Parts: sequence; C-alpha cells; structure tokens
Amino acid sequence: MRFDLQMIASLIEAKSRVLDLGCGKGDLLRFLLEKKQVEGYGIEIDEKEVIEGIEQGLSVLHGDINEETQDFADNSFDYVILSQTLQQVYNPEKVIEEMLRIGKKGIVSFPCFNHIAIKLQLLWTSKAPITEELPYEWYNTPNIRVITLRDFRIFCASRKIKILKELAISSHYRASSGKIIKFLPNWFAKYGIFLLTKQ
Amino acid sequence: MSEYSGHDKNGASVGIVKRQYFTFAEPPNKMALESGAKLGPITLAYETYGRLNETKSNVVMVFHALSGNSHAAGYYSEKDDKPGWWDNMVGPGKGIDTDKYCVICSNIIGSCYGSTGPSSPDPRTGKPYGLNFPLLTVADMVKAQKRLIDHLGIKKLLCLVGGSIGGMQAIEWAVSYPEMVQSVIPIASTCKRSALSIGLSEAQRQAIMADPNWNNGDYYSQEPPNKGLALARIIGHITYLSEDSMQRKFGRRLHENSAFKFDFSPDFEVESYLHYQGKKFVERFDANSYLYITKASDYFDLGEQKGGGSLVKALSRTSAKFLVISFSSDWLYPTSQSKEMVKAMKKAGLDVSFCEIEVDFGHDSFLLAHDQLKRLISGFINRVKNEVNKAS
Repeated sequence: MRFDLQMIASLIEAKSRVLDLGCGKGDLLRFLLEKKQVEGYGIEIDEKEVIEGIEQGLSVLHGDINEETQDFADNSFDYVILSQTLQQVYNPEKVIEEMLRIGKKGIVSFPCFNHIAIKLQLLWTSKAPITEELPYEWYNTPNIRVITLRDFRIFCASRKIKILKELAISSHYRASSGKIIKFLPNWFAKYGIFLLTKQ
Repeated sequence: MSEYSGHDKNGASVGIVKRQYFTFAEPPNKMALESGAKLGPITLAYETYGRLNETKSNVVMVFHALSGNSHAAGYYSEKDDKPGWWDNMVGPGKGIDTDKYCVICSNIIGSCYGSTGPSSPDPRTGKPYGLNFPLLTVADMVKAQKRLIDHLGIKKLLCLVGGSIGGMQAIEWAVSYPEMVQSVIPIASTCKRSALSIGLSEAQRQAIMADPNWNNGDYYSQEPPNKGLALARIIGHITYLSEDSMQRKFGRRLHENSAFKFDFSPDFEVESYLHYQGKKFVERFDANSYLYITKASDYFDLGEQKGGGSLVKALSRTSAKFLVISFSSDWLYPTSQSKEMVKAMKKAGLDVSFCEIEVDFGHDSFLLAHDQLKRLISGFINRVKNEVNKAS
C-alpha cells in the first residue's frame, strides 16, 4: 500500500463511514475495509476504474465529484477523503466546502509545491518544475493548481476550517515506504495530508 | 428488447431446462389488481437454473423485458438451435453464476409465453380474453411473482436483476416487499417512463390497433393483426438501437440491388432488415400482449405510486443495496434517468453503486455479451452475498 495512503488510513477510526472522492480502482477503500472495517464508498469518473472497483466488491458511483457529492445529506459520512486530487480540481473551494458539509471530517492530501527540488528547479532553470510527483509539462499537465503547505493552511484559516492534524511526508512516487517530515517541512515535504473539520 | 442470443462460444451452459407452471388465485380468490379489477386463475410459467441451497439464501431473480419470457438460459432440447435470451449472462461461471446461485425467471402476466395474458382462455367464456383481460401495472406483475416465490418457500432474495421493463419490476419488488429483497440491479431502466418513451410506446400500440385484423382485440379465431404487430416491432426495434450502431451496421447500403428501384419496396439494407425483424416477431408474439405490457410500463411511476409524488420517499421503504447500470448510447432509457434514480437512492440513504457503460449499441446493450456488464454484475452479487453472510 502506498505510503501516503497508509498515512491517511492512520487518521481514520475503525468502523467509520468513509467516502473517497476520486477513489480510482479503490485501493485505499479496500485497504480501509480490510484494516479498519469501515463502511466505504467511492466516487470515480473513469469507467474502467469504476468497473474494477465494483468488481472487487466496492460501492462506487460513476461520476464527477462536484455533481455526485450534492445529493448526500449533511454529515452523512464520518470521513470524506480527497487524496491527491485537489491539484486537479477546477473549483477546490466548493469541493472542500462540500466535503465538510457531507462529512464530519475531511482528509485532503496533495503533492507539495514547496519541496526544495521544485524551488531549485524554478530558481536555476526558470522552467516550470517537473518532478516524480508532478511529471508533466506546463501544457499537458492535469495538475492545474500548485499548492504549498503554507498556502493550504492560509486557505483553511480564511475559510474557518479547523486543521485537526497535519502530516508532511516524503516518499518516492507510489512507494510503500516513506517518512514523516518534522524538520523544515516547507523544504522537504513531498506530500501534505490534512485532517479537517468545520469550525 | 431484441433477440441476440446465440450459442456460448466456450460451450458453457445450464444445459437442458424445463419450463414449469404455477397456478393460483383460483376463483373466488382472484388476485386484486391495481386498477381495481380482479384476475384469476393466474398461471405463471417459470424456469430455475442452479441449485437452491439448504437455507434458500442463494436466490437471484431475473426479470425479462417487453418481449422476453421465462427462458433466460439453456436449451429446451438437444435440437434447440438457440439458447434462452440471456444465456450469455446466466450459466456456470457466467456473470450470474449458476454454480453459486439459484436463478429464477418467470414470464410476466399479460405476456404470451405460458403465463396468463390476453390470449389465455377467459374462464367465464372458455374463449381467449382479448380486451376483456384487465389492464395491468408493473406492481401487478410483481404481485403475481411474489405468489410464486412464496409458493417455492423462499423468504429472502439475494439479488434481483432486470433490464428495461425488467428493471422496473426489480425496483418495484424492493419497494413492495422490502423485507425480502437484499439487492437490486436495474439495467437500462427508469423509475418513471418519460414523455418521449410513452409517445413511442403509443405509436407502437396505434400501429397494432390500426390494423383492421386487430378487430378490437378479438382475432384469435381468425387472421391476427400481423401487419400492425410487425410495424410496432419495427418502431420498437429502432428505439432499441442507436444512430452509431445503425450507421455502422447498415449505412446507406442498398439491399440486393445496385441502384435505386424507384418504387416503394425496400431499397436500403436497413429497410429490409427491419421488415425481417417485424416478420420474425409476429411468429412468436401476441399483439394484445404487446398492448398490455407496453401500457403497463407507461403507467410505471414509482415516486407517484409508492411515495405520494416523492421518489425518495418511495425508495425509503427499502434498505436493499443497488447497482444501477446505464449505457451511454441508450436514448430510450437514457443515463439521465438512471442518474435520477441514483440521486433519489442517495437521498434515501441507500447503498448505491452506479456505472454508465460507454457502448454504442443503444438500449439493447444489456442483452449483448460484454465483459464490463458481466464483471459489474458478478462482483456486486458476490459482495452482497459476503455481506449477507457476515451479517447473519
């Protein structure tokens, strides 16, 4: 299991009700089902991944996360997860607002744009940085937003969103091992994971 | 629904099957219908595949659409040249695996394949009912099926699967008998028929009724309204296809001739294909049954009938798990209608999964063999089975 997903799982209480936005083929949900006995649901836009998820015994809705979150009642879930997707959503403000409406808690993770390799690339080459985590050119990247840990903290403060826990981590792309960065996370974190709630 | 069934290329089959019958509602204990009329006696033709386990907890019901019947899988004899209508989905190792589940499929009332319908003898006269047969609803069809399931001593239904009007029956079951239904898979279906599809349905009925041989439904001792029924089938068949699939299959290709004939006999391949479909259909279907079943599906509006105008309220009666499936090219029961159903299920707090399969065969896609549909259905039923086992 990917290290960032393991870290997300560590934030979730057993037997809770979880919704994973952009769940892919459901790796995280299956991990949570097995390790935490959660009641898990997913939303995914890619047909192939939806089919794989349902085939593997998950409850998945095929559709867009903006549209599909709308019909759930307030506080329908204990946790709503947005894993490695924030950098690709068109209207993050609304998505996070919806997450915290339908969920008691939200978990958001994203690749950090504050990593030292990115800073140096921009500084030395004057080109849009390309990394393992963000491997695209400026013209073909699906990652339309660049987010840093500080940016996200400021965003939460301005929207009266309470950060219950913050994990800055470093691991190789899709690797199952990694570490939590305590020293200078604004320089060395590759991913940020935030546990959020409404204030 | 059209006909597509063919031999399984791997030879997997439930083998030789037998149609069985169950008769109930003998007068004076006739079954009350939604219209207020009463019907009895009622016979249901049905088939079962796979073995019922000891706890009778492995039952999967399959529901046919407009022109289908109880023969979902297998063959009636060694010489049978075609298996049942959903043989690609129902059988050993298939999407609905008869090695694991006991599958039941019955012919709906109003139809003409062994269950009581307008072509059955009216016990009062001994002659076919014709238009003396009462109008039906989807709920009436389901009520009759419930009698069969009670008769078989089955208390819980693991999963109900149906396409089109078959999907309506499956959803109706979950709402009418929530204590029995554990999960439902409506495919290319809807909780209420749209104006477009009611309109198309009426055009098909008018084609039958405009045939002088229809004779107000009283044609069983004379020449039946074959022209009208064939035309109804032609219209219906077009609605089951899509622009892309028709273009690919026929284009503007001419039939037999290399130039226009300049008369009104079929010039194009698509015309002669549809004529053939119509001609084939009249050999196997009853015109009055076509009227009764299409009308019943037009009447279907679950929110109105079971929720006082609210689909959410209607669906709140059940706690069944749902897997809703639609096809991108289906314009008769489009994805938007499946999504509307999913929306209401979410609001009702139900466990619902949804998938729109990208395919260009139109409404008929549910009858065709494709891997995605199989994987979705088998994965979902397997999950429900595991969850039910865990809970008990």
